[in-house]
Formats: sequence, structure tokens, C-alpha cells
Amino acid sequence: MSERKFRVLVGKPGLDGHDRGAKIIARAFRDAGFEVIYTGLHQTPEQIVAAAIQEDVDCIGLSILSGAHNTLLPRVCEILREKNAADIMIFCGGVIPDDDIPGLKKAGIREVFTPGTSTEAIVQWVKDNVKPRA
Amino acid sequence: MALAEKILEGDIRAAARLMRDIDDGFKSALDELKILYPHTGNAFIIGITGPPGAGKSTLVDQLTAVYRKQGKRVGIVAVDPTSPFTGGAILGDRIRMNRHADDAGVFIRSLATRGHLGGLSRSTMDVANVMDAMGMDIVIIETVGVGQDEVDIVRMAHSTIVVMVPGLGDDIQAIKAGILEIGDLFVVNKADREGADRTVRELATMLEMNQYKKGAWLPKVLRTEAHCNRGIEELVAEIEAHRSHLYQSGEIREFLQEKNARVFMDLLKERLFTEVFQHLHVNGRYRAILEGMAARREDPYSAVEKILAERFKGGD
Repeated sequence: MSERKFRVLVGKPGLDGHDRGAKIIARAFRDAGFEVIYTGLHQTPEQIVAAAIQEDVDCIGLSILSGAHNTLLPRVCEILREKNAADIMIFCGGVIPDDDIPGLKKAGIREVFTPGTSTEAIVQWVKDNVKPRA
Repeated sequence: MALAEKILEGDIRAAARLMRDIDDGFKSALDELKILYPHTGNAFIIGITGPPGAGKSTLVDQLTAVYRKQGKRVGIVAVDPTSPFTGGAILGDRIRMNRHADDAGVFIRSLATRGHLGGLSRSTMDVANVMDAMGMDIVIIETVGVGQDEVDIVRMAHSTIVVMVPGLGDDIQAIKAGILEIGDLFVVNKADREGADRTVRELATMLEMNQYKKGAWLPKVLRTEAHCNRGIEELVAEIEAHRSHLYQSGEIREFLQEKNARVFMDLLKERLFTEVFQHLHVNGRYRAILEGMAARREDPYSAVEKILAERFKGGD
């Protein structure tokens, strides 16, 4: 019985209301046997980090289509570090120009998935790159 | 050991981790819980149950806001179902309450049922205990959306609130056994919807048919519109009235006695089962028994008796 269950937080930071992608990803993780904490729309970076800590998730997947990714996503990474929770891995998906990807990765986003990525590829990437806590 | 001590010092991450260890069935969690146990028993536990979509999470959100205004610290345990096919789950109760996430006086934890019936996860009580030990004044437990028979919450919560909505069925539904018997308070949420008066009336009629002992608590039916915060202050006042009743009438003693008995029995059952069952796996007996049953060589009744006789020698 003592086996770790993968827990992932799926959320949408900022003001855009397009949650179809986030819901599809949440569903894909569910079907892969993960427990998905879905926080819904319009989340501040502070709320996302607080939820991730309280839920003890292994990773955070953020969906963002507003164009505010360069502001909001590094802020999430920064707060994770402030709260001593930088061990929680973070990835994102959305409409993100190629030119912005290196900057986001430098800020602490481990991977950026752009339109056209299959849900299988994202789930597989998480399985390969995130280990549930010992 | 380290986790429990950190939790008592207010470490949020340690608390979150212990909850995970509890949920995942780690043996080490038991040692931590042993340390925390003397620090529990202080929180007032409120249970919220009702059918899916009734507005339970929204009510929890609004109740939390009221208690926070009073300066009380609030822990929330929100349970959602696990997929029976993949073992995965979407835990979405936070959507309605995440505005409280970054309030240091609130701690929210989502749990999946992981196959447990009864409206809660197996870990719910222990997770609520951790919140209690963290110093939460109020712990709100939200069950999965329930149908008729998921009534575990009533042994766990000091006050159980059954949330209904208009339009779910006629008054025969209201006299059936099950969740409608367990409410200390009934709430008709979405009370602006058509049929709300009728639902309130039917619930009230059902309650009037109950036989109450002298001095017993009489459950009321309240109306709320949780999404626009209507009826919430009245609901909190009624919860507080129930709390006073529990202590003034002495019913709290009976409640705690039953609760403790249940906690002990559940734990004993689980540990005994695990103990015996794991052993069966180690020596291959389990498979042999199943094969015996398939060939009708062995019946399950004798198999269990044999195992118990071997396991508990000399006593019966």
C-alpha cells in the first residue's frame, strides 16, 4: 500500500478565460492515473504556490494564453523559491513565442509546451522527468 | 519523527507532507500521528455533504470567509472521487475556494476517495487530525457528492450539514433512510431557483415526522444562495447554536465516545486485515486458496477459519 501517487496541480494564472486546454490536460493526467488538483481560472502566482504547497504536489502545470507569460510565470518560480519550495517542478503550455522560451527556462520553468503538442507527449514527459517524492 | 515536531512549530510543508504520507499509507505516518494525537481534540469539525453540484464547495468558501472575519483559523478537507478505471482523479473543490489559498489562516487539502466508499477517503480523519494539531479552530470536511447512503461524515463531524437543492425529487425521497437522517442542519442552496419553497417544505415535513427525545436538538431547514453570500451568516449562527447545544446538553460526551470507538475499530480492522493478508501473500497461500475455490476443492469459510486458527493460536 505504501506507494506514492503522483499529484499534479493544473492551473491558469492571470486573466485569460480560455480553460479548454487546462481541462484537457487535467483530464489526460487523470486518465494516466494522476491525482490532479485543478485550481481553475484567474489565479495569482501567490495562490498557485500556496495551493501547490498545501497539496504537496510533485509538479505544477500552468496553462497561459494571455501573453502575460513573461511576467506571471517567472513570478511563480520566484515565490516557490521564497517559500523554500523550489523542489516542486514547474512546466507550462500555451501560446508562447519561441523567442520567449529560453527566458522562461532560465527563470525556472522546466519545459514549455506550445500548440500542437499531444497530451500523451506531455504526460510522458512528466513521467520521465518528475519523480514522486520518496 | 521530524515531521510532527515541525508541524507543531507551524511548518506548513511538513504538514502537507505528512498528509501525503497518511494518504499513501506510509508506515512512518503512524509514528508522526502518535506524537500529534495529544495535540488534537481542540478543533470544531463541521461536515458538509449533499449531492454533486449542490454547492457544497461554494458554501465551504463562504463559511470560511465568515470564520476568518471572526479571526478563527480554518482547515478544509475536500474529497472528490477517484476513477475506478485509472486510479486518477480530478480534485476540483479548490476552484470555488482558492481565494483563501494564500491566507495564512487557512489550509486547504484535496483528497481523492481512492476506492473508499462512504463519501470520504480512508485518510480523511487523520488528515483532519493533522489540521487540528496545526491549531485550526474550525475544520470543515466536504464529502464527495453523495447519493443516499454515504454517511461516514456523521461520526466524524461535530455538526453535519446536509445541502440540498430544489428539483431533485418528490417528498418520498425525503422520507427514505440515509443521508436525510444525518443532518444536524439542512440547507436548501440555490434558494432563488424554482421549487425551493417546496423543497424546504418537504424537508421540514420530514423532520416533523422524526421522534425527538425531550431536550434533543431540532434540526432546522435554512435557505442559502451561496454564490452571492445570502443566508451564510444565519447558517453560521445555526452551526454555533448546534455547537452550544452539544456542550450544554452533554451530548458531546456520547458523540465523542461513539467517534472514538469507531476510530479504534476501523484502525483495528485495517491493521488486522493487513497483517494477516500480507502474510498470506508472502507464503503463496493466497493463490492456493483462490485455486482451491476455483476447483471447488476448498470453500472460503474453512479457508478463513484455518488461517485465523493458525494466526491466533490458543485463543478463540
